[in-house]
Amino acid sequence: MPHDPHEHDHAHDHDHDDHAPVTEAEPNGPYQHLANATRELLIEKGYFGPDDIRRMIERIDERSPALGAKIVARAWTDPEFRARLLASGRQAIEDTFDTDVIAADLVVVENTDAIHNVVVCTLCSCYPVFVLGRPPDWYKSYAYRSRVVREPRAVLREFGTQIADDREIRVHDSTADMRYLVVPKRPEGTDGWDEEALAGIVTRDTMVGVAEVPTPA
Amino acid sequence: MSDDPFRQHHDMGGLDRGAISPDSHEIALWEKRIESMVRLLSMRDPPIVTVDEMRRGIEELPPELYDTLSYYERWIASLTNILVEKGVLDADELKARAAADAERSS
Repeated sequence: MPHDPHEHDHAHDHDHDDHAPVTEAEPNGPYQHLANATRELLIEKGYFGPDDIRRMIERIDERSPALGAKIVARAWTDPEFRARLLASGRQAIEDTFDTDVIAADLVVVENTDAIHNVVVCTLCSCYPVFVLGRPPDWYKSYAYRSRVVREPRAVLREFGTQIADDREIRVHDSTADMRYLVVPKRPEGTDGWDEEALAGIVTRDTMVGVAEVPTPA
Repeated sequence: MSDDPFRQHHDMGGLDRGAISPDSHEIALWEKRIESMVRLLSMRDPPIVTVDEMRRGIEELPPELYDTLSYYERWIASLTNILVEKGVLDADELKARAAADAERSS
């Protein structure tokens, strides 16, 4: 019979409504005890050591939108790389950058004057962690997951992003095996900028598609 | 919420689950440990647990639990169910250890 970790009684009395951000559970909550118990037992049985956990945490902590920004800046400045990136995102990134193992396929989509792309995972929280780091809470929220596929323009306005009516919006629903990265539109006023300067203006939200890169002041 | 009997609880694309809060919390150590544990188990050859199994375990949580647990609580709930299902851990052993951990921290 499958074990039910929820049968032990626990007072889960803090307020979780649909609209609340994902919050940390109370310290020492029942699920933290369950997590500690699981970790200890797996270590005792030799599945991994305490050091392995620490090293893996470091490895995941090192991932951040900085790699995504470098990829975008390269695509903006190197047409040959851009073509390879759009044709096969994962391959182009593995061939060009020093990256950790890429677990899932990666599709790269490009914003243009005619098309704006935005990414979601309606069923869970699939996200290109190796190029963007861990997802923000809003990406995992039920509000974002449910609504962005039906009313993307309204959702983007909530992020302060106004997409002109004559631009098509494409919403990409990720899966465990297929993740998406958006190449935002390169803003006016950046002619002659080098890759590093360009990477400096590319943010996480622009690569998920909920924001655009503003024209530099 | 959906009244569609063919739509599962986690399948919320196209529904309206309210306004989006742009806030994000810094992930805590206990959450990182769960994430790393899952990653380590999935990287073994053969894997002890796969991404798809984790996803299935989360989707199988009863709707009321799915909605009240935080993100990484859903992960550990799914992971422990899978580990017990596969016989990697024993349910009683796990419960006893969790109780001992609660005792230690109280």
